[in-house]
Amino acid sequence: MHKWTKFLPMLAALAFPVLGSAQVLINGAGATFPDPIYQKWFSDYHKAHPDVQINYQAIGSGGGIKQVTEGTVDFGATDGPMNDQQLAEFKTKRGGGVLHFPTVLGAVVPIYNVPGLPASGFNFTGEALAGIFMGTITKWNDPALAKANPGVKLPDADILVVHRSDGSGTTYCWTDYLSKVSPGWKSKVGNGASVNWPVGIGAKANPGVAGQVKNTSNSVGYVELIYAEQNKIPFGNVKNQSGVYVKPDLAGITAAAAGAAKDMPEDFRVSITNAPGKGAYPISTFTWLLIPEKFQDQAKAKVLKDFVKWALTAGQAMAEPLSYARLPKEVIAKEEKALAKVK
Amino acid sequence: MASSASRTENTRPRRVSRFLTRARGVEAVAHGVAFLAASTIVAITALLVFELWINSALSRHKFGWDFLFTSTWDPISGQFGALPFIFGTVVTSALALLISVPLGVGAAIFLAELAPPKISDALTFCIELLAAVPSVIYGLIGIFVLIPALQTIVPPLKSVFGFLPIFSGPFYGVSIFSAGIVLAVMVVPFIISVSREILLAVPRDLREAALALGATRWESTWDVVVPFAKTGIVGSIFLSLARALGETMAVTMVIGNTPRIQASLLAPGYSIAAVIANEFREAAGDLYTSSLIELGLVLFALTIVINGAARLLILATTGKAAS
Repeated sequence: MHKWTKFLPMLAALAFPVLGSAQVLINGAGATFPDPIYQKWFSDYHKAHPDVQINYQAIGSGGGIKQVTEGTVDFGATDGPMNDQQLAEFKTKRGGGVLHFPTVLGAVVPIYNVPGLPASGFNFTGEALAGIFMGTITKWNDPALAKANPGVKLPDADILVVHRSDGSGTTYCWTDYLSKVSPGWKSKVGNGASVNWPVGIGAKANPGVAGQVKNTSNSVGYVELIYAEQNKIPFGNVKNQSGVYVKPDLAGITAAAAGAAKDMPEDFRVSITNAPGKGAYPISTFTWLLIPEKFQDQAKAKVLKDFVKWALTAGQAMAEPLSYARLPKEVIAKEEKALAKVK
Repeated sequence: MASSASRTENTRPRRVSRFLTRARGVEAVAHGVAFLAASTIVAITALLVFELWINSALSRHKFGWDFLFTSTWDPISGQFGALPFIFGTVVTSALALLISVPLGVGAAIFLAELAPPKISDALTFCIELLAAVPSVIYGLIGIFVLIPALQTIVPPLKSVFGFLPIFSGPFYGVSIFSAGIVLAVMVVPFIISVSREILLAVPRDLREAALALGATRWESTWDVVVPFAKTGIVGSIFLSLARALGETMAVTMVIGNTPRIQASLLAPGYSIAAVIANEFREAAGDLYTSSLIELGLVLFALTIVINGAARLLILATTGKAAS
């Protein structure tokens, strides 16, 4: 399918020689999490600008960073910002720098399958989640969970932890949050796209984790919000910095982003897990486009800049139907300024 | 007359020799082409090892032999040990062979020697179909059919055999055991179809001689035909072992993807091919990538070692060099 779509622009160029001369073909690769909205954006943008074809391959955040660094794609996309070492590598390889542009926001939610527990509204604290995923909390009736859920009768059952087996931006966001709320997690496990899981079994991708949790009683896992909603798996509330148990939804994510928007760094590389604010859902994240500062081909630079501007304005309206949260206005304004750096 | 006769006498050998040189030329070309075809296989293998060796340099220098004997796999702290993956690969493949060899060889003997031709042909067609099923389908069947079935079968089994370490601990469905069964189902068609061909190729005279000496149908099959085909049957087992060692998709879907070494077959595990497929795409940092490539090298070496050991075993049991 992917291979085939690559040839589409060629076919189009053959079929419409009139347009052929002005065709701009742009290739991108990276994060799987924003893939649904990116595909929609690129196809809608193409409809509005028939001379522009943007091809995006959802190969994973790590792959996106690698490919944009090697220069095999025109832009990358990632769910976790590039670290300083990666930025330095980009600079030595490509001469110029690379810019992060947040596009939409998403959330990672704890899902569970425990007979007898309510299908929604089960409360988790950050410490309890870290304890469960570290193996220090092993039973569903642990005092830490009982305290967070007064009045709920908890079964005396062993917890089965399900995590991702493949490297992923979802895992990055999840472990980023656990590192922030648990010093023990930070020192023993840490934060990354793949980590050395102390307990549990690994399943492939969001559908794999969702399926494993669905099929195994007394299990707990984590997936992106949209997968939990689509698969109708019970997902829990998470306690935020202000002590409020927040249900993961778009309002909670946007609240988390608004908290972070006030002190947004110049390069947009910011983690909004454990964000301040009463309504903020604490396991939220931006997802970024990675665009090089310097382009050889000015036509490509011009088109990409125009596309980002479009995604930040008209494109934002498409976010919510696809279960992504919109960017806060302050962030959009800041990004539009930063676009001038792309040359 | 004389002159014409002498002409024909002169020209005939010349024509023959011309034909012969041309034939020799064709021979040489055919020889060269065949040699080239054969040497590409060696070249591809050599290139493969070379690439794996070069690209795993970082991890080889950092961990040395410890890579093979430690069991921490921590991308964050940059600590990589392959032991749990080697363990999972070897155990699942061994389990698969344990199940599939008796089943496969038995089925091949039935199809080649005992079954009526009509049944044999129909079954052979089914087996060839099985061999063509993509591995992701086997993985899905593993998740949606085998594992739910095992979840009902295993608990009573555990109540009887639970005292054995290999059946201890909780059973979540995904496990080394499930992976072994899925692999067995995947490789059994290879064993059957290759072994059957080998058995059919055994000269008819041998069977007739055995029967003439008063052997029963089964005696002639088991004491004459099967020993004659032994090398070929073992070859079919090698082929399926290689497939089991390298199988990725179906294994990662049912094995549980947990890099820990546990005595229980019911516990989740991990295999080399599965971890490479799962983590390579998102591997950040040179040491991480290099360690995953070294895992590929380890898998390659493992295949060679196991094949070599099996070949030595045959040499020892047959007494003569199996050509």
